[in-house]
Amino acid sequence: MKLTDLPDSRGHFGPYGGIFVAETLMAALDELRVEYDRARQDPAFMAEFEYELKHYVGRPSPVYHAKRLSEQYGGAQIYLKREDLNHTGAHKINNTIGQALLARRMGKKRVIAETGAGQHGVASATVAARYGMECVVYMGAEDVARQAPNVFRMKLLGATVVPVSSGSKTLKDALNEAMRDWVTNVESTFYILGTAAGPHPYPMLVRDFQCVIGRECIQQMPELTGRQPDAVVACVGGGSNAIGVFHPYIPYEDVRLIGVEAGGSGIGSGKHAAPLTAGTPGVLHGFRSYLMQDENGQIIETHSVSAGLDYPGVGPEHSYLKDAGRAEYVAIDDDEALAAFHDLCRLEGIIPALESSHAVAHAKKLAPTMRKDQTILVNLSGRGDKDINTVAKVAGITL
Amino acid sequence: MSRIGQTFTALKAQNKKALIPFITAGDPGKGLTVPLMHALVESGADIIELGVPFSDPMADGPVIQRASERALANKVGLKDVLAMVAEFRKSNTTTPVVLMGYANPVEHMGYEAFARAASTAGVDGVLTVDIPPEESAGVADVFKAHGLDPIFLLSPTTPESRIEQVAAVAGGFIYYVSLKGVTGAANLDTEEVAQKLAMVRKHCSLPVGVGFGIRDGATAEAVARIADAVVVGSRIVGEIEAAPEGECAIRVKHLLADLRRGVDAASK
Ligand SMILES: Cc1ncc(COP(=O)(O)O)c(C=O)c1O
Repeated sequence: MKLTDLPDSRGHFGPYGGIFVAETLMAALDELRVEYDRARQDPAFMAEFEYELKHYVGRPSPVYHAKRLSEQYGGAQIYLKREDLNHTGAHKINNTIGQALLARRMGKKRVIAETGAGQHGVASATVAARYGMECVVYMGAEDVARQAPNVFRMKLLGATVVPVSSGSKTLKDALNEAMRDWVTNVESTFYILGTAAGPHPYPMLVRDFQCVIGRECIQQMPELTGRQPDAVVACVGGGSNAIGVFHPYIPYEDVRLIGVEAGGSGIGSGKHAAPLTAGTPGVLHGFRSYLMQDENGQIIETHSVSAGLDYPGVGPEHSYLKDAGRAEYVAIDDDEALAAFHDLCRLEGIIPALESSHAVAHAKKLAPTMRKDQTILVNLSGRGDKDINTVAKVAGITL
Repeated sequence: MSRIGQTFTALKAQNKKALIPFITAGDPGKGLTVPLMHALVESGADIIELGVPFSDPMADGPVIQRASERALANKVGLKDVLAMVAEFRKSNTTTPVVLMGYANPVEHMGYEAFARAASTAGVDGVLTVDIPPEESAGVADVFKAHGLDPIFLLSPTTPESRIEQVAAVAGGFIYYVSLKGVTGAANLDTEEVAQKLAMVRKHCSLPVGVGFGIRDGATAEAVARIADAVVVGSRIVGEIEAAPEGECAIRVKHLLADLRRGVDAASK
């Protein structure tokens, strides 16, 4: 089977993925799978999706040659895929539009979402406003505190934000709570899952909606450089921006695909969020994948300066690509990400999201090992307005 | 026949329904679980459902979530739970014990290693909430090979066409989730449950237990009229949470006596 033919009909990417949920959700997931299958073969649905991406999100997003950054890093030329320029400021909107259109098609008037950094919550609240749906966003209490501007944005957009105080009070707990809401309101509610994870068909449909990123790059890179990049680098939280740019590149065997996980205080410290780098396979949130877990199979708390990467699991397709050797995964720690954040601010006039700064930081390591005529494409998944409080706090500044 | 099968057969011969209380292993304390299990049996439990604590109990409401968090704070993992069952078995060889939990702790131990250890400890059935029949290939067979009944859920959203598929892999009894929601929810509609159970029985010969939303003698009685077993979880776990230190067992016994009266009233 070709790498691009996955998942199989029940959502498996080799041993990963699948549907690991309680019985009450089985019928809803089946309904979603059937409806998505119809939608993607429906030219009217796809045309509307593309129309919205163009006129509402502002696609295609440009690819930008970061010349001063490349010069500073001293090696390969660095190109940035500017997902930060999308409406709402991140790649997340590509997926929420697709899912909101599905929700509307299925007659669901209420949508729910989980969020970490708040970007997916904002993107969900945005499309709910756009299509006239009720929206409830679950967010870990700790994230509510550290991403206050996004909480207010969601409220401005008419969404209800529910802080989740169970477990570690971060993204994974928000996801648990969203699932609990869905089980309870399964007939009226559409769950807009924010990353390429969760039970089938979510990893597949989120990937499909995000693949617009990679497809555009495949067009844009030859226009700019005459060929495809030597390496594509993307940060990996749940894995949606990364799979969106990686997947269309899978058949381009000369293109290295590198996913960057959150190394937190360093892999050796144990305080990180890098399941592909330092975890083992297991089952969480409805699917099998690499996970951060202890010797009893309990999920362990993750640590990252960026809320959007603070997740103990990772989308199943990444686990598969890792084992298959088609993609590589590395970790970047908080300090490295913050340094890259400042580099991009000062050298290019772009304030990147802390999540995306992890990808930039890896390019910083990779570029000097490459020739000046080689290219690295970094998926700049989002902008950093939401992170200014965090960055200020790290620097000891109160805003 | 498994201990679970024997229990249902014996109850049926007496025209009685089963009462299945749930507690989370390790809550409120590591050393209190085995005494609580005995207390449950003394006050009328026919089968005990023992929750295996998990960090991310996606299908549970706040009461059982908190119990899980307390148990994890007490450092209770799957191996400890198996040790508790082995301890319980030293003085009780008749009451079936069903482990209820999530896939990952079991997957982490390894399905084969777990099944062997659970069987040795004296476990009779295993319900992994997040392993539906579609993902149970290999798992259910391994459990069965070690004499463990693989218990599966059916729910109000299960289409009729799926019931047979679930029944084909299930053992022990079917656990019918009475409502759309998490454990501890309160919107139980016995009328609706009765209709669905009639459909379940058309396709499945295993005994059917009903859980979620049973709070007292009256709801237990209503459910016992239509099901083979009544499962009570959050109400008991909530009682444990609220009990002052040292009064846990007494409070639980009191509650169970009420539930038992309800269940027995249904067969009069
Ligand atoms: C800007 C940005 N990039 C990346 C991520 C991580 O998610 P994913 O790995 O699904 O792309 C987030 C999540 O909130 C984000 O906001």
